[in-house]
Amino acid sequence: MRTRHVLTMMTLLALAASLPALGQVEDWKKIQYPPLNKMTIPEPQRTTLPNGMLVMLLEDHELPTVSAMMRIRAGARNIPADKTGLGDVFGDVLRTGGTKTRTGDQIDDFLEARGARIETDLGETAGTASSWCLKQDFPDVLKVFADILRNPVFAEDKIAIAKNQAGAGIARRNDNPLGIMFREFNKLVYGPGSPYARTPEFATLGAVTQADLVAYHKKYFHPNRIILGVVGDFDSKDMLAKIKAAFGDWPKGPEVKDETATFQSAPKPGIYYIQKDDMTQSDIIIGHLGIVKTNPDIFAVDVMNEAWGGGFSARLFSNVRSKKGLAYSVRGAVDSNYDYPGTFNTWMTTKTETTAAGIDALREEIENLSKSPLTDAEVQRAKESILNSFVFNYDSKEKILRQQMTYAYFGFPPDYLAQYRSRIEKVTTADVQRVAKKYVHDNQLAILVVGPTKGQDRPLSSFGTVVPVDITIPKPKAPGGGASKKSAP
Amino acid sequence: MKARNPIGRPGAGLALAILMAAATALPARAQSLTDFEKKVTVKTLPNGWTFVICQRPEAPVFSFATHVNVGSVQEVDGITGIAHMFEHMAFKGTTTIGTTDYAAEKKALEKVDQAYDAYDAARRARMPDAAKVDAALKAFKDAQEEADKFIKKNEFGEIIDREGGVGLNAGTGADSTVYVYSLPSNKFELWAYLESERFIHPVFREFYKERDVVKEERRLRTESQPIGRLIEQFGLVAFAASPYHHPVVGYMSDLDSFTRADAEKFYQTYYVPSNMVTALVGDLKPAEVVPILEKYFGRAPKGNPPPIIRTVEPPQIAEKFIKIPDPAQPFYVEGYHKPAATSPDEPVYEAIVDVLTNGRTSRLYRSLVRDKQIAVAVQSLPSYPGNKFPNMFIVFAVPAPGHTNDESRDAIRAEIDRLKKEDITPEELAMVKTHAKASLIEGLNSNNGLADQLADYQTTFGDWRELFKAVDKIDRVTPADIRRISNAIFTDTNRTVAVVETATGPAAGGDSGR
Repeated sequence: MRTRHVLTMMTLLALAASLPALGQVEDWKKIQYPPLNKMTIPEPQRTTLPNGMLVMLLEDHELPTVSAMMRIRAGARNIPADKTGLGDVFGDVLRTGGTKTRTGDQIDDFLEARGARIETDLGETAGTASSWCLKQDFPDVLKVFADILRNPVFAEDKIAIAKNQAGAGIARRNDNPLGIMFREFNKLVYGPGSPYARTPEFATLGAVTQADLVAYHKKYFHPNRIILGVVGDFDSKDMLAKIKAAFGDWPKGPEVKDETATFQSAPKPGIYYIQKDDMTQSDIIIGHLGIVKTNPDIFAVDVMNEAWGGGFSARLFSNVRSKKGLAYSVRGAVDSNYDYPGTFNTWMTTKTETTAAGIDALREEIENLSKSPLTDAEVQRAKESILNSFVFNYDSKEKILRQQMTYAYFGFPPDYLAQYRSRIEKVTTADVQRVAKKYVHDNQLAILVVGPTKGQDRPLSSFGTVVPVDITIPKPKAPGGGASKKSAP
Repeated sequence: MKARNPIGRPGAGLALAILMAAATALPARAQSLTDFEKKVTVKTLPNGWTFVICQRPEAPVFSFATHVNVGSVQEVDGITGIAHMFEHMAFKGTTTIGTTDYAAEKKALEKVDQAYDAYDAARRARMPDAAKVDAALKAFKDAQEEADKFIKKNEFGEIIDREGGVGLNAGTGADSTVYVYSLPSNKFELWAYLESERFIHPVFREFYKERDVVKEERRLRTESQPIGRLIEQFGLVAFAASPYHHPVVGYMSDLDSFTRADAEKFYQTYYVPSNMVTALVGDLKPAEVVPILEKYFGRAPKGNPPPIIRTVEPPQIAEKFIKIPDPAQPFYVEGYHKPAATSPDEPVYEAIVDVLTNGRTSRLYRSLVRDKQIAVAVQSLPSYPGNKFPNMFIVFAVPAPGHTNDESRDAIRAEIDRLKKEDITPEELAMVKTHAKASLIEGLNSNNGLADQLADYQTTFGDWRELFKAVDKIDRVTPADIRRISNAIFTDTNRTVAVVETATGPAAGGDSGR
């Protein structure tokens, strides 16, 4: 009825407004998109304090709140194996254990009375701290935030609570099938003792002492190892002054050589099995080592991931879930991390009666990456998906600040996202087919199955010699249960 | 594509506490309602479909949430799980999306239905004849393959992916079904096409394959983990008559039985415009988007008002207790019947939740986790499993290693008794009110979070402003209110307790790793 193709969006809108609810709906392919409204991507203001702390500020006046986030150059991957679990306890008790002038309980009372939050954590590759509060409370919250980071005392009573919680994590770790699957897969890929795969035991957790926490803080928590980002409703000049007042007199610390965590590079290919009878499904994961984000092939790999294992229209979802009805969850990707390799993995959960059918389906999809490579249409769809959704990388100021902190922490350039976008645009089908062969090796696969034996459609031995994986949890030494509250010397 | 069952989700016991914390967050709060009202436009079309449009031009994107006032409460025995099943079908495309030739596909789908009915009759015969069942099954599979020839696999999702959509998902709860994603805002008209078409001209293609997918979802969330098993049993026992009794995901026998015709009937009955609210938040101008909404969503026929739910849970007159012997570690939950969220006392329940379990200063955290160290996490929820009908206040605890459910139970009861006997302190009451206000403001900081809340409040209370007013209502809660409500509901005979107890017998599956 209307010749829509010659109309601009605005005239169309005007027309639609004057002719209400005509209901003349045509093919969606004819819908024209007006250009996307321009947006200026704000850049955080960067300042390095004389003590070496990098401060990034980004004003956001939409809501009367302020968020602070901090990255500390530390990481649980550098903790000795016989103290595995120290990272969990440290991350908790830094926040809960009080400071030289405030008890942990006083800090809790202070924050809760304001509806504010401060949290700390020690991840594999970084320490983090964050706060959120209404803007009128920020001056006071900042003082407590700085106090926690600079003067923690790691009170014994809070260590006991944190160990109790970490101990529950150990005791309960075999109650969740997918948790078991990912944990044991990481052990296969990185090696069981690798910092990227190992898990705390009652013995290693019990070995963590207050002195260890104090020493860890002393070694790593110095302003020259810290990036602080603040986003919210403030004036940057005024905020910088507040930050200088809170952190400016924190003396610079010594240079610490950052040890690089090492790990075994490839799993022994084969079929691994964890029998768990209180399930009606098998959880299946297949894979090997992946890549680091600094790899120049990352762009083609990300396009491959999108086409193969990402989202509703990817191959895995369409074939394994929609077409075969074998699984609710099915995923796959060559995963990457900023400074150590991720894993190549594909996984699914399927009823016990289709365990072997599920393994076959995943292996077929892996083999097809080289046998019937991703097509122009699949690659094009994946690229469009990444590029058309790119604006969502910038849709909040907090997100923008976090990205900049991440890039600064791992030594990526500040314009990495813009570079990434233009590199994605240049990825060709040939690139995708090449990296699929280069980073997915169907002769190096570790296959891990968690689930019951009874009811399987075909014995797992039809895939090779089955290696049983023992997930028995070593019992705590001291009777009375839980992580022993007295630490080993 | 998930059943919105807050405690039925996968995750270790510990992660659960964090999930629950997110689920219990008090209604997001805002600055002032007067300021916020300037950004919000409500448009109800003549057919009854209501839109809440909130301008938030922070970035050239928008998010939406369509809330349909339907959930597992509308199901009866025999079709449990069908609300969730339709939600999955709403991703399968339309008469124009997902097909190469709809006229031919329609005929092929009718043949699938006939072949399924024949197969179903054969396998349900009093004395099934194996050969006949096999033949009927083969005919059914052949018919499915024939229909598959007309399918453009997942084209609905592919369009959204390709055009830059993110967060495409949906969830079904006990009393609501929710559809969400986000798009760049220049693709608003495409969105209007897709979102209206999926509900006006849905095609239930690949129905029986997707029914298998839903069965896998049930095995994943409910059957294969201890907390899933516990929560299902809790609901079955706690609600004797209310439709909150049966699981959102459905019984396995029903998932194995309901048909495409059953789903079609359910859709026709409940997916009528007057039962639907869509909230849109982002870089949108009402003057531009309202005509588009009228054009696309105005096409939906008005339909009849859906039937009301008649059965109301009778008063509970006996305490209920169930114990699941399980290879897993212990887990404790107790619940108390209470009214629907529209009750004027709802803010009091929310205040009780805050006092008991919100944060490190809360009473149960300090008692169970900090002081007694008998649990590692404790949480409560004001409304479970839904809030539109009389529901339950629940408390759950994750016992520490070497500690028992009974210890958690006793410590929880001691604090509940204290609520009945003593007024909460002025500091605690002030904290409750501050938390509510801070939480509202925090909830305003994302398009998708805000869209979900606006649609939720508009659906549940008939007015999105309740999101703000709820905070004022919490502000008026008194210590006497908390004592009154505590004495009213925290009684022995109003209580249901469900526990997982570690079985020491041969059933142990998790610890042994044989």
